[in-house]
Amino acid sequence: MPDIGLAPAPTDTPVLQVDDLTVRFKRRNTDVAAVNGATFALRRGETLTILGESGSGKSVSLKALMGLLPGYAQIQGKIWLDGKEILGLPPAELAKLRGGAISMIFQEPMAALDPVYTIGEQIAETIVQHEGVDHRTAMLRARGLLERVKIPSPERRLKNYPHEMSGGMRQRAMIALALACSPSVLLADEPTTALDVTVQIQVLLLLRQLQQELGMAIVFVTHDVGVAAEISDRIAVMYAGRFVESGTTREIMRDPRHPYTQGLLASTVHGAMRGAKLETIPGTPPNLASLPPGCAFAPRCRYAIDACRAGDVPVVTGPTGAMVRCVRAAETVAA
Amino acid sequence: MSAAMKLDPRDRGGPAQPLLSVEGLKKYFPVRGGLLNRQVATVQAVDDVSFSVRKGETLGIVGESGCGKSTTARLLMRLMDPDSGSIVFDGDPVGERAGITVNEMRRQMQMVFQDSYTSLNPRMTMAESIAYAPRMHGTPRKEAFDRAETLLAQVGLNPRQYARRYPHELSGGQRQRVNIARALALEPRLVILDEAVAALDKSVEAQVLNLLGDLKSRFNLTYLFISHDLNVVEYMSDRVMVMYLGRVVETGPVEQIYRKPRHPYTRALFASKPTLDPDRRTTEMPLTGDPPNPINPPSGCRFRTRCAFAQAVCAEKPPPLAAPLDGETAEGAPHLVACHLPEAQAAMGVSAHA
Repeated sequence: MPDIGLAPAPTDTPVLQVDDLTVRFKRRNTDVAAVNGATFALRRGETLTILGESGSGKSVSLKALMGLLPGYAQIQGKIWLDGKEILGLPPAELAKLRGGAISMIFQEPMAALDPVYTIGEQIAETIVQHEGVDHRTAMLRARGLLERVKIPSPERRLKNYPHEMSGGMRQRAMIALALACSPSVLLADEPTTALDVTVQIQVLLLLRQLQQELGMAIVFVTHDVGVAAEISDRIAVMYAGRFVESGTTREIMRDPRHPYTQGLLASTVHGAMRGAKLETIPGTPPNLASLPPGCAFAPRCRYAIDACRAGDVPVVTGPTGAMVRCVRAAETVAA
Repeated sequence: MSAAMKLDPRDRGGPAQPLLSVEGLKKYFPVRGGLLNRQVATVQAVDDVSFSVRKGETLGIVGESGCGKSTTARLLMRLMDPDSGSIVFDGDPVGERAGITVNEMRRQMQMVFQDSYTSLNPRMTMAESIAYAPRMHGTPRKEAFDRAETLLAQVGLNPRQYARRYPHELSGGQRQRVNIARALALEPRLVILDEAVAALDKSVEAQVLNLLGDLKSRFNLTYLFISHDLNVVEYMSDRVMVMYLGRVVETGPVEQIYRKPRHPYTRALFASKPTLDPDRRTTEMPLTGDPPNPINPPSGCRFRTRCAFAQAVCAEKPPPLAAPLDGETAEGAPHLVACHLPEAQAAMGVSAHA
C-alpha cells in the first residue's frame, strides 16, 4: 500500500526520495518483515529524524538506503538519490555513490574506522577513490575537514590512529570522513548514543552547523526523544517497520496524535514527573516474524477496536503534511 | 514482607543511623606496559570518596563515563578490594574484626547490573538463577524454588510461563525483571542499581522504573541508583551525588542540586541535557572537549581544565567538599560542593536566591 505521508512540497525537488521501501529477511524457517513500506522525501538542508525503539526497523531502513544489507535481505520499493534511482544498481555503481553522494555515520566510530590506518590516510583514501585527485591534495583536504569538524591541532591529529583519540574526537573524525566528498545526503545511525551527554550536545551542535554550511540533507536515526527534538526539522515515528506518524518536530513533540507516539513521549522520564507514577506502554513490541494483521500497535493500544485488527490501516494526512496512521485518528486528536 | 515492615528486625542503629556509610574510598588501577610489563601509570578511578546512604532513601550517583560511579558500586559490593577507605553497614564495619564479614554484608546488599544478558547464567533457568543465592546461603531447595516463583510474580512475570525459561528466551526488559528478582531473593536492605535501565527502550524503562518504585515501598528498600541519565536520576532520587573523574564534586537533596546547582561542572552537565522543547534548543556548547583521561588527571580541582572560572588556586590544591560559599544552607540533608571559587558557585543559569 503506497504511503502518502511525508510527501515533499511540489516546488522543491527532493535530494532523497524513498517510495514504499520494504525489507524482509527470509531464511529457511523465518521471514522477518523489518521494514514494511516506508515512504519519505528530503530536501537540501533538511533533517528528518526516524524515531523508534529497538527492532522498529529504523537502522535497517538506513542500511537499505546505503546498500549495506546482507545478500539474503529482500529489498523492494524505489529510492531516488539526486533524481537517480539507486535501488538495484550494480555493486560497482553503488560503491561510487557510497561515501560520495551519500554517506553514513555510525554509533560506534571505533568499529566504523579502520584501526590500522591513520585518520588522515582514511579520509585521503576516500577522496582519492571518489575524485581521482593525488594523495597530497587529498591530505590537504583531509586537514581542512578536521578543522571543519573542530578537531584541535588538525595537523597532528591527521597522523593519529583511531585508538589514540577520545570517543568524542573519533566521532568528529568519522563525521569528517563522511563529509569528505560533500555528500548530498548524510545518514546518521544513532551517532551520539554512545557519547557522554556533554559530548553529545557538542556533536549535535556540530552537525547542525555543518548542515548550514554545506547544505546536505540528513536522515538521523535515534531512540532518544530529546536528541530528536534538538536536531530535527521533521520527525517520523517508526513502529514495527512502519511510520505510524510524521510531522514537524513541533507537531510531534507538542501534539502527538498516534497512541504509540503519545505513549513514547509520556514514558520518557523527566524531572517534573517526580513522585508520580510513569505512564507506560503495556507489553512489548511485536515479533517481526509474525506481525499481526492490521495495526501492529493494536495489541498494546488502549484505544484499539476491532477495526484496528481487521486490515490495512488508513493514513490520515493533515493540511500541514503531518501524517498519522491510525484507525481512530480523528478521535485520538480530541483525546 | 509487607508495607507494615517499617521496623526491620535487622535494623540496628535506628532510623538516624545511616544504612551505609563510606569514608575515604580509594581505588587506583595500575597501567602496565613496556618491555618488563612494569607499571607505567595509574588510573585514579575512585579517589577519596565519602558519602552515606540513609535508611529508606534513594541516593542517585550521576556522572559521565570514567567518573568512577561504577567502580564505586563494585567496591561497595567488594567485587574488587579498595586500596583504602572504610565501609560501614548499619553501624558494622565491613570486613573488619569488630564488624561483619563481606558475606554477611552481601546478604543485605545486592546489585543489579546494566547488561541483563551477561549477568545471568545462560545455562540456568530463571527459577534456578533466582534460587541460586538463597540455596548457597543454606535455604532448602524446595523452599528456594517456591520463593523464586513468588519473586517472579512480584516483578510482574508469570512464574508458570517464565520459571523454566532460559535467558535467551526473554526480552531485555523481562531479563532485567529477573535480575531484580534475583537481587531481592536474599531479602537485601540495600540494592545497588548500576545503570539498571540504561540498556532498555524508553517504554520498557518506564515499566521497570515503576516496578522499582513499587518494590522499594513494598520491601522497605534503600536504593543506590547509579546512572548517566540526568532525567532518570532526578525522577528516582531523594539525594544526588555528582561525580567527576573519580571525585565527588557536589552532593545534596535532589531539588537543590537540580534547581540550584553550584558546581560549574554540575551546571554544564545539566545544560548539556537535550531539551524536549523544539523552540528552546541548545545553542551554545556548555563544555568543550571530552572529559580528561583518568590516567594522570589534572592537579588540584580535576575539572579546572574545562572550567570557565578556573584560577591559580584551582591547580594548587583539590577543593574540599563543603557547604556552598554563599552561606545558604539547605534544610535537612546538607548541600555540599567541591569548588574553591564563590563566583563560580554563584554564577547561575536560573534566577538566584529562589
